[in-house]
Amino acid sequence: MNTGEKEHAELADVFNKDEARVDWHDETLWWIRAKRDRSVHQLPEWEDLRETASKIKFNVLSNLSGYLEQFEAQAKANGVTVHWAADAKEHNEIVHRLISEQGVTQMVKSKSMLTEECHLNEYLAEHGIEVIDSDLGERIVQLAKEPPSHIVLPCIHKKKEEIGDLFHKYLGTPSNMSDPQFLTETARQHLRETFLTRKVALTGVNFAVAETGEFVVCTNEGNADMGAHLANIHIACMGIEKLIPQRKHLGVFLRLLTRSATGQPITTYSSHFKKPREGQQMHIVLVDNGRSVQLGREDFRNSLKCIRCGACMNTCPVYRRSGGHSYHNAVAGPIGSILAPNLDMRQYADLPFASTLCGSCSNVCPVKIDIHDQLYKWRQVLVKEGYAPTVKKIGMQVMTTTLNSPGIYRTAGKLGRIVMRLAPFAVNNGLNPWYKHRDMPTPPKESFGEWYKKNRK
Amino acid sequence: MRVGLFIPCYVDQFYPNAAIATLQLLEKLGCEVVYPQNQTCCGQPMANSGFEHLTHGCNELFIKNFDGFDYIVAPSGSCVLHVREHLHDEHDEAKAVDIRHKVYELTTFLTDILKVESLPARFPHKVGMHQSCHGQRGLKLSSMSELVAPAFSKPGSLLAMVKDIELIELNRVDECCGFGGTFCVAEEAVSSKMGKDRVADHLQHGAEYITGVDMSCLMHMEGILKRQGSNVKVMHIAEILNGVEN
Ligand code: SF4
Repeated sequence: MNTGEKEHAELADVFNKDEARVDWHDETLWWIRAKRDRSVHQLPEWEDLRETASKIKFNVLSNLSGYLEQFEAQAKANGVTVHWAADAKEHNEIVHRLISEQGVTQMVKSKSMLTEECHLNEYLAEHGIEVIDSDLGERIVQLAKEPPSHIVLPCIHKKKEEIGDLFHKYLGTPSNMSDPQFLTETARQHLRETFLTRKVALTGVNFAVAETGEFVVCTNEGNADMGAHLANIHIACMGIEKLIPQRKHLGVFLRLLTRSATGQPITTYSSHFKKPREGQQMHIVLVDNGRSVQLGREDFRNSLKCIRCGACMNTCPVYRRSGGHSYHNAVAGPIGSILAPNLDMRQYADLPFASTLCGSCSNVCPVKIDIHDQLYKWRQVLVKEGYAPTVKKIGMQVMTTTLNSPGIYRTAGKLGRIVMRLAPFAVNNGLNPWYKHRDMPTPPKESFGEWYKKNRK
Repeated sequence: MRVGLFIPCYVDQFYPNAAIATLQLLEKLGCEVVYPQNQTCCGQPMANSGFEHLTHGCNELFIKNFDGFDYIVAPSGSCVLHVREHLHDEHDEAKAVDIRHKVYELTTFLTDILKVESLPARFPHKVGMHQSCHGQRGLKLSSMSELVAPAFSKPGSLLAMVKDIELIELNRVDECCGFGGTFCVAEEAVSSKMGKDRVADHLQHGAEYITGVDMSCLMHMEGILKRQGSNVKVMHIAEILNGVEN
């Protein structure tokens, strides 16, 4: 997303100008989180499932190259063409070449956060290829010319009235029409035409099975299936971390994924793709784009366990009140804040600080990623690498000097309290970001240390 | 039992009553309590801001002050969590490890070490309990709404021993208040919105007091309450358990 140089705090500030909207955003996502809670409490084995999933993924990450080779060999044996892309650029070029070879200029896509990460749509548009996103939420943000604000609920930031306006503008519905049933039916008709006429379909991959060379795509709308089944060529793009060793492991992940994401027991469509049907071509693009670098960062390796359920976003009190776009990255929220600095420390140095470290994300994560601990660790790395603002550096130095010396600390504390009592305007002013929203504590006459000296011993 | 009293810097400076209550409560329960007078801060403000490398001085001071106690107790989940996870000593790591294991947040100390089963306190008010995240999720002071696990609450079980107290239910039992250390100024918009929402949940359920194990969260919510002109007060849990009514 192009937000210029704006950081999370500034973008969140803009989002918070409309408090009613923040309330609505927060409550919508909280409702989903509550639904998730009810749904996971139906499974007494929930915590065991999480532990199992985390261990399976740990195995995958520890033996990634072996599983990748196994997957490639199996997929090839199934008649699938396998491509490798080192980065976003290579990925986009491969997809572009495959489309061009078909002599077409249009493609239908089902939701894939990897293609968002690689900015595929923009790249293809520049090369004269039109992409229609077939996931309803994605289609809506595409019409609005915005990136998704959530990895599972791409247009969760949009109200139904705004969607009605977009449909009115682009799909010819009557104005002021916001009935979800009506809008969904309109989208259905609009997309049906697309499915029937596109020769190339691209899908994401939720899980790829090393043992069999197959992959599984989960959608609630069946749009991936419609695109892939009707097209002559199916391109599936996946990050290299999407592998699981065996088919039997799917049972663990499919149970975790949707309960965590939306509170549903299982996704409506979990479609297995193994080999191209006769006359069809099937391609898989395996994308690295920074993943092997992250694998090499011991403290952050676990982030590659992510199955993109979005639960950490729904539960994150900061995400709910700052909106997905404030993270200026394809993957928002807590997990995005760990993944993004891996790709570009300078650009995303703000994100690990966009958290209170409350830890709810780590508890909710179905694969037990230590998200909030990684946020803490990224902060240390970013400061060491020199990405801390100068003002903050100076402030921290002053604080350290004060706290390192009991004498200075006591004097400074006393002075501070006197100033606050006698000259409150010195702290209660617009330059004090605390005071902008909150009153300062009333300073007591004596500190506990002073009281103790008088009253004990 | 010799207990070293660890009073976080901002509690020392701004909320001496919470510290006094902690001291009196521990004494009442039979502990020999000593407050090492050269303590300052655990170093958390620096560490959580990414400047953990500047915390050597605080660590050294902490170890110097708290070496040799049977236990170290503080009325703050967040500071205790920091010490437990990040206190190090370049020269004598074993000493640091020892201290890390001996440092306790007040309510855990009362329930797990002293095994308190009754308290002489009375507090005839409607009270909302704010679960501070570092205490709750970091130190596991109480069950967490995200996990499938039996419900429990160490601070809750202590408050239940207080006579005539009425604990209110909240819509969101363990939502973060948005304080978050330097987060409260660096991300002022989100932080204050979170604080407002947290306070609103308590107000909606008729709280006269908001209590908790971390004065920092309470300070943040107090600032919001005062700005709104509310009469609802914040009070550290130690003050309620100590039976002192302001
Ligand atoms: S980090 Fe965990 S909770 Fe967040 S999207 Fe990934 S799997 Fe889901």
